[in-house]
Amino acid sequence: MSWSDRISPTVRSIPPSGIRRFFDIVAEMKGVVSLGVGEPDFITPWHIRESCVYGLERGYTSYTSNYGLLELREEIVRVTQKDYDVTYDPRCEVLITVGVSEALDLALRAVLSPGDEALVPEPCYVSYKACVTLAGGTPVPVTTTMENQFRVTVDQLEKLVTPRTKVLLIGYPNNPTGAIMPREELLEIAKFAEKHDLIVISDEIYANLTYGSEHTCFASLPGMRDRTILLNGFSKAYAMTGWRIGYAMSNPDFISAMTKIHQYTMLCAPITAQVAAVEALRHGENTMRKMVAEYDCRRRLMIDGLRSMRLKCFEPKGAFYIFPSIKETGLSSLEFAEELLKSEKVALVPGDAFGESGEGYVRCSYATSMANLSKALERIERFVRKRL
Amino acid sequence: MKQLLELLETNSKRPVSELAILLGKSQQEVIEDIKSLEEDKIIIKYHTIINWEKAGADTVTAMIEVKITPQREVGFDAMAERIYRFPEVRNVYLMSGAYDLLVMLEGQSLKEVADFVSTKLATIEGVLSTTTHFMLKAYKEAGVIIEDQEEDRRLVVTP
Repeated sequence: MSWSDRISPTVRSIPPSGIRRFFDIVAEMKGVVSLGVGEPDFITPWHIRESCVYGLERGYTSYTSNYGLLELREEIVRVTQKDYDVTYDPRCEVLITVGVSEALDLALRAVLSPGDEALVPEPCYVSYKACVTLAGGTPVPVTTTMENQFRVTVDQLEKLVTPRTKVLLIGYPNNPTGAIMPREELLEIAKFAEKHDLIVISDEIYANLTYGSEHTCFASLPGMRDRTILLNGFSKAYAMTGWRIGYAMSNPDFISAMTKIHQYTMLCAPITAQVAAVEALRHGENTMRKMVAEYDCRRRLMIDGLRSMRLKCFEPKGAFYIFPSIKETGLSSLEFAEELLKSEKVALVPGDAFGESGEGYVRCSYATSMANLSKALERIERFVRKRL
Repeated sequence: MKQLLELLETNSKRPVSELAILLGKSQQEVIEDIKSLEEDKIIIKYHTIINWEKAGADTVTAMIEVKITPQREVGFDAMAERIYRFPEVRNVYLMSGAYDLLVMLEGQSLKEVADFVSTKLATIEGVLSTTTHFMLKAYKEAGVIIEDQEEDRRLVVTP
């Protein structure tokens, strides 16, 4: 019996992230222009970094409450109330986690039992389905399409819901498609959740990054607050990916169940990063708005560039991704990404890394400088021209 | 308009075609917007920030605090004008506090700047006193860090 045979069957059943596989190819190349990065190119604003340094100088180096610094939870509640008009009790309805990644894992582990199903609209962030499986549940992918602007509809969900369905896991604005869900359509989803008595886990990490329309927070919809586990964090809006700070908000029962797992596995999120997160919420809004305006300019540059090379491309209204169809080149997503990388040294991510329904698309991140985007567009054009 | 100004402020060499895409406007609209901003003197001039030290130019920059007597009817403005008309003077500001005008000056050498102050500036009628500070190193100009050390440390591909 080899060591690999001794690995748990659940873990073995999960495929490694498609991005990881691609990363190994890219890592050895030089002179690559990357549109493959799922994090802001901005460095965390200076005032946030400076507050962390100051915190260290004052000796903020201890554990915090399992829930996280109360000061930070209060700030989160204040901002959520201001932005979306939904209220939580900072003492028992908010949990600070190590990134939204941990929050998602905790939420799924807190509510799923073996055999429970979770509806997961696809294409979606790479960890959704894997985390459902690790929590003992069964992910049920719901295919969204470019024709429907990558939105999920109640019709689709009704076809896949079963008596074992317990969770609906949504992530809008969406990584990798850049899709958003308008309020009216979310209201339909809310009715569906109520009808089937589902728990909705809503990953809203890109909430601040919307262009031309306001984000609707799922928990703010009538009757949805307690049914929803709202996940958000600092990585994208405040360019704080490496700080690993996220949070979950829900009814006290869900939050205390999640905190139980968190306290035994993580204890608490790093205090240094929590101190910085307080500063981000107190004084970071202006810098954040500036970054969003800059993303919006780049977004327009990318849409225009990709469309002018006759790639079918849906207009993303959120996050910092654009998800053009490459079906007409006759290549698969992976072939397109690999050949583009080899011949033109542009890195992007094959769409199938985000689920089978992402096949035929590639994800381009515009979280990189305007100069890099222009360079990448030139190279992609040269590549596509030979194939269309 | 504000967004257009911000884009031009960070890079005035952006072609109109690019500005049009970034702003979601037509090229003609952008051309007209820029024209009216120039005519209204909202855009005053297109300036280039140069690291002169790196370019090998040995220039000396001084900041001079000037105390003056304001004049009847024209206040500080007429005095300021007599000073800013000198081409060696780069910037002039009216200040609150311990002195009245802050004058920034550029010259080829310490001696040249000192000469200017003692023969031109200090001798203007109404100038009560001057205090000259020489600049040793420029770290940041017009919002731009001169030698920015921060680099992209991200992995090439991340989820």
